Amino acid sequence: MKELTIISGKGGTGKTTITGSFGVLARSKVLVDCDVDASDLYLILEPEVQSKEGFFGSQKALVDEEKCIKCGLCEDNCRFDAIVDLKINEMRCEGCGTCAYVCPEGAITLKPEKTGELFVSETRCGTMVHARLGIGAENSGRLVAHVRQKALEVAKAKDEELVIIDGAPGVGCSVIASISGVDMVLIVTEPTFSGLSDMERAVDLCTHFGIETLVCINKYDLNKENVKEIERFCYENGIEVVGRIPYDPDVTKAMVNAKTLVEYSQNTAAQSLIEIWKRIVERMSLSKSRPAKDVECLCIDEVHHADDYF
Amino acid sequence: MIVAIASGKGGTGKTTLATSMALAVGELQFLDCDVEEPNAYHFLKPVLKGTNSVRAFIPVLNPNLCSQCRKCVQFCQYNALALVKGRVIIFPELCHSCGGCKILCPTGAIREGEREIGTIQIGTAMEGIEFIDGALNIGNPSSVPIIRKMKGLIDEDRRVIIDSSPGTSCAMVESVSEVDYCILVTEPTPFGLNDLRIAVETLKMLQVPFGVVINRDGIGDERVEEYCKEEKIEVLLKIPDSREIAEAYSKGIPFVEVLPEWRGKLQALYEHIEGAVE
Amino acid sequence: MKIAITSSGKDLNSTVDPRFGRCSYFIIVDADSMEFKSVDNPAVTASGGAGIQAAQMIADEGVEAVITGNVGPNAIRTLSIAGIEVYSGARGTIEDTIKLFKEGELTKADSATVNSHAGISERDNTRRRW
Repeated sequence: MKELTIISGKGGTGKTTITGSFGVLARSKVLVDCDVDASDLYLILEPEVQSKEGFFGSQKALVDEEKCIKCGLCEDNCRFDAIVDLKINEMRCEGCGTCAYVCPEGAITLKPEKTGELFVSETRCGTMVHARLGIGAENSGRLVAHVRQKALEVAKAKDEELVIIDGAPGVGCSVIASISGVDMVLIVTEPTFSGLSDMERAVDLCTHFGIETLVCINKYDLNKENVKEIERFCYENGIEVVGRIPYDPDVTKAMVNAKTLVEYSQNTAAQSLIEIWKRIVERMSLSKSRPAKDVECLCIDEVHHADDYF
Repeated sequence: MIVAIASGKGGTGKTTLATSMALAVGELQFLDCDVEEPNAYHFLKPVLKGTNSVRAFIPVLNPNLCSQCRKCVQFCQYNALALVKGRVIIFPELCHSCGGCKILCPTGAIREGEREIGTIQIGTAMEGIEFIDGALNIGNPSSVPIIRKMKGLIDEDRRVIIDSSPGTSCAMVESVSEVDYCILVTEPTPFGLNDLRIAVETLKMLQVPFGVVINRDGIGDERVEEYCKEEKIEVLLKIPDSREIAEAYSKGIPFVEVLPEWRGKLQALYEHIEGAVE
Repeated sequence: MKIAITSSGKDLNSTVDPRFGRCSYFIIVDADSMEFKSVDNPAVTASGGAGIQAAQMIADEGVEAVITGNVGPNAIRTLSIAGIEVYSGARGTIEDTIKLFKEGELTKADSATVNSHAGISERDNTRRRW
């Protein structure tokens, strides 16, 4: 079983659009939405929830007002400024337990807090594991680890070959949790200054964790100069650019119609996604999704696996 | 007045709006709090005065004092410590800098050390903008301490624009809490709407007043506007989908420079918000 | 000799879980008597430091060798300080793996097979600008 994570550094580069299409193209897979902050994959895959469970990811300090002698030691020792006027600010509390330790009266305990919900669902292109983080909840990294673990269990039980993970933007804890130990990361970038520098940070992150990385360039026709910059950077860093996707209004139209791009469109953007997928299949040596020799196109309104055309 | 510009979904044009508005209004403090991916720099092209290191606690062990009692290992919620063969091993990159191990060590074997988790740059840009941005060092999990330190540099008597972290996680909450007003930038697509809803709920919980700017108006459907109408959320401005804006963005050019007629609109928007806040 | 094998199930017919820090179970077995027990991995859903937490647990169990698929640098560091030998690249059932181990057919991992977290504090974090 292998794991592929799609990340972008910069938000809005088309990560979820690409993940959704891969979900249609891959034959033996479980889809995972690890962008728990802005989980949008479900909007195009319309999952039917089969099971759900609460997620108790973080602990929060809880003060027992009756035992509290208002000595202020907790406030003095909290390095997260999470205790102000002897009140716990739950948004800032990291659940480290220092306040509970220093409290001379034992008035502070750590209580597990339900920070999200995790779902296992069926969609028209297979099983999907996704989650919803509580509003303003912290510790999305732990929820991501949990979601991935669940997906691996499902994939194992169903003997699926690949777990496809839609990662979060940025380079913080939830991204780290969504790429650590995976077999391959695909970074989706765009030829803008921001896209360039965010890609660079994402590449640094993957290198830092020693993960094999591929790059694809979305909306490549927006700025050809920057495309060259991206390709030069990738070349110098030994990273394969697996494809360029042109700007295509069909991308938004597909989203509005709750379809993945390859289901909705036969245009060049959809075609280039198929090409990218074929290259990933080769690079990851996925035996159950053989590389295509000749993919004509996929039909609208009907789910096909790219394999059917091989 | 402190105005934060945020968005549930990334890539909706938060930085585009924040930087152009800063240039249109002028004479203000600009904070790029999107420390995971700081990009306002490209657009405002500040002259930097200096870079400050943001440092956080890590434990430093004196093995001669350590009694191998294991208390620190059991206490650490982040698996940053291990005890094997009578030796405590410290993994700084997993440390969240809570300082608990240092406090509880019964033999005083742990002392205060520190490491850099990110940097803050300060400079000046055109139109009298004081520019401040932060960057999280790669491999570190948490942006919050950097954002908190940046917000400590705010001069409350001035006009301030904050380019917030995207999403609704702890970094966004830290960026927008205690601001006077928050502009949520979205795009008129199903993804944009879904992420807008979550951002709206977050701001309601934080009790921050807010309005919506719809960017790339015309690309998707009407559902964002219908939602704003139902929820009685003010749509402050619509920015049309434009190849010109997108191309300027790709080169790091603020769109007020290519479409000067927007200068007045953005000034008016800022003043409108000032009026609403008072 | 007491060894720990990362496992996807609770008995000797289960297959080796290729992950160390986030494996489902550890099978701890006496290679001579073949007496074994299975232990849940406490680190499965750690947001970070799973390898360290798992290695700590294995070290506390007093095992002399670990057999797994891939192992990261934090776990390697912890295990090597604990004086535990690490064999990587294992696959197949637990029973077959133990046999291979006894026949000396498994490769010892001297360094991490999966990079991670390496060298963070020394890393040059100067910002590049496009």
